[in-house]
Amino acid sequence: MATFLIRRAVGGLVALLCIVTLTFFLLRLMPGGPFDRERHTDEVIRASIERKWKLDRPVVVQYLSYLRDLARLDLGDSTSQQGFTVREILLGALPKSIAVGGIALAFAALSGVVAGTIAAARQNRPADYALMSLSMLGFSIPNIVLAPVLALAFGIWLEWLPVAGWGGPRYLVLPAAALGIAFAGRIARIMRASMLEVIRQDFIRTARAKGVGEWAVVFRHALRKAFAPILSYLGPAAAGILTGSVVIEQVFAIPGLGDCFVRTIESRDYPLMLGAVLVYGSILIVFNIVVDVAQALLNPRIRLQ
Amino acid sequence: MSHTEPTHRSPLQISLARLRRNRLAMACLVALTVVAAACVAGPWFTRADYEEMSYSEPYASPSAEHWFGTDYSGRDVFVRCLVGGRISLAIGLVGTFVSVVIGVTYGAVAGYAGGRTDNVMMRAVDVLYGLPYLLFVGLVMAMLGDYLTPMTRMLALFAALGAVQWLTMARIVRGEVIALREKEFVEAARATGAGPVRILARHILPNLVGIVIVYATLTVPAIMLQEAFLSFLGLGVKEPLPSWGSLIQEGKDAMEFCPHLLLLPGGIFAAVLFALNFIGDGIRDAFDPQLRV
Repeated sequence: MATFLIRRAVGGLVALLCIVTLTFFLLRLMPGGPFDRERHTDEVIRASIERKWKLDRPVVVQYLSYLRDLARLDLGDSTSQQGFTVREILLGALPKSIAVGGIALAFAALSGVVAGTIAAARQNRPADYALMSLSMLGFSIPNIVLAPVLALAFGIWLEWLPVAGWGGPRYLVLPAAALGIAFAGRIARIMRASMLEVIRQDFIRTARAKGVGEWAVVFRHALRKAFAPILSYLGPAAAGILTGSVVIEQVFAIPGLGDCFVRTIESRDYPLMLGAVLVYGSILIVFNIVVDVAQALLNPRIRLQ
Repeated sequence: MSHTEPTHRSPLQISLARLRRNRLAMACLVALTVVAAACVAGPWFTRADYEEMSYSEPYASPSAEHWFGTDYSGRDVFVRCLVGGRISLAIGLVGTFVSVVIGVTYGAVAGYAGGRTDNVMMRAVDVLYGLPYLLFVGLVMAMLGDYLTPMTRMLALFAALGAVQWLTMARIVRGEVIALREKEFVEAARATGAGPVRILARHILPNLVGIVIVYATLTVPAIMLQEAFLSFLGLGVKEPLPSWGSLIQEGKDAMEFCPHLLLLPGGIFAAVLFALNFIGDGIRDAFDPQLRV
């Protein structure tokens, strides 16, 4: 276990280094810089600004100095929101994105597993068809359509929930639903298929033979085993939810990481953009390690190596 | 093959017959064909043009003249939906082609090479799988943005989306190649002195046609979705060219007073994705009943 965690942590750090390097040089190779849109008539002012962000040095020197700062968890100063460090901005935005994304993921996993289990237990009966059609509908409606439609229906027409903004828990309902529904649909289908496979195995027949009730068979005996494919899907699902949150935060005006990311693209705020990419990468790497550990705990035959 | 028994059917024919019996998938196929035909042919017959503005009538309601009304600069939204459909469908198809070429090549090489090469190649796929690669595409598109014409920008988007969508294909092809690699007919080919390229191209890949078709059909809606996502954020297809994603974004901005501008393009887009997913599922069931997910 300990060696596994160390190896994965090292692997994660290497992956992060690759991400940082790739993004860093991508940004520097592209035409246009963070201060191009400001009209500095005075060359001296421009030069002093560029010196402050080290833009006057060779790219390789900039890269090495960025890495040196990064080792001390210093992500530099934002160029678009002057007076703030990148770390301050990201730490302000992160909790909001975590809240929305976390609720969306939990909702997707929970409702997907329950729906998929029920569908499998009632295979080829009306409940199965209804749930599977619903799940297909769920992941066919793209979040760019679902999010504004939910805001329109529940925010503007029915006025049940706030249309947009950031406040109490009420502000989380629509964004989390818009973000999670597609993944709930996908998880329900994976769960159904996996459950159908498990239900046909011998140990389930044994359980039935000794007189365990149908729902107890499904929930107490089969669920644990059928859960494995869901766990391995959670990694890609988390990546999808992080990506989707960019749109969701735009639609619902949530000042989170995704919103931050889009705005840095407009403002060419290199340090902030690198920081955001770094945070995205770290979240996913950590999440994937957690998923792998959970998988091993659930199924002793998977060895962590 | 006119002298074969009437009862003899090739695996492809059996699969197609199975697909034809799937009424839901066939209905979706018909509906999709109608929408695609309208998108391709429609704009030639309509009076309005997709970029012709008329500032005297912005946000006009749907009428006989403008079926879906007009947008903020008085452009006909119906025509823009049709042209946007052309672009969205084209991106789906071209992107899928790019992703199939990359995915099949990558997966076949990894699977056939085996050993350490395979290990390293698939580890890279695992890492890429966990990344929000769509955001990278957005980043590249944004950086290139000001330096491309709308048309070249669209072509760059075609290539970029295909280039990040090949991971699943590579995994599946690799698995199949590993299974086939040890079969007798491959060994026989090897014994005749065929090199790895020839074995892959002539003996192994033809066996993968079915499964590649299945996953290619499922890739089309996935790529269309990603295009719409980027266009919605203003990082994909740009003015004056429409795409379903950018139309939905414009509709979102106007939804308080013109809900149809959001609901019509959004509804069409969702329906097309729905149909594509059902067709993909149908094809998977027909070609590979064991794979049912």
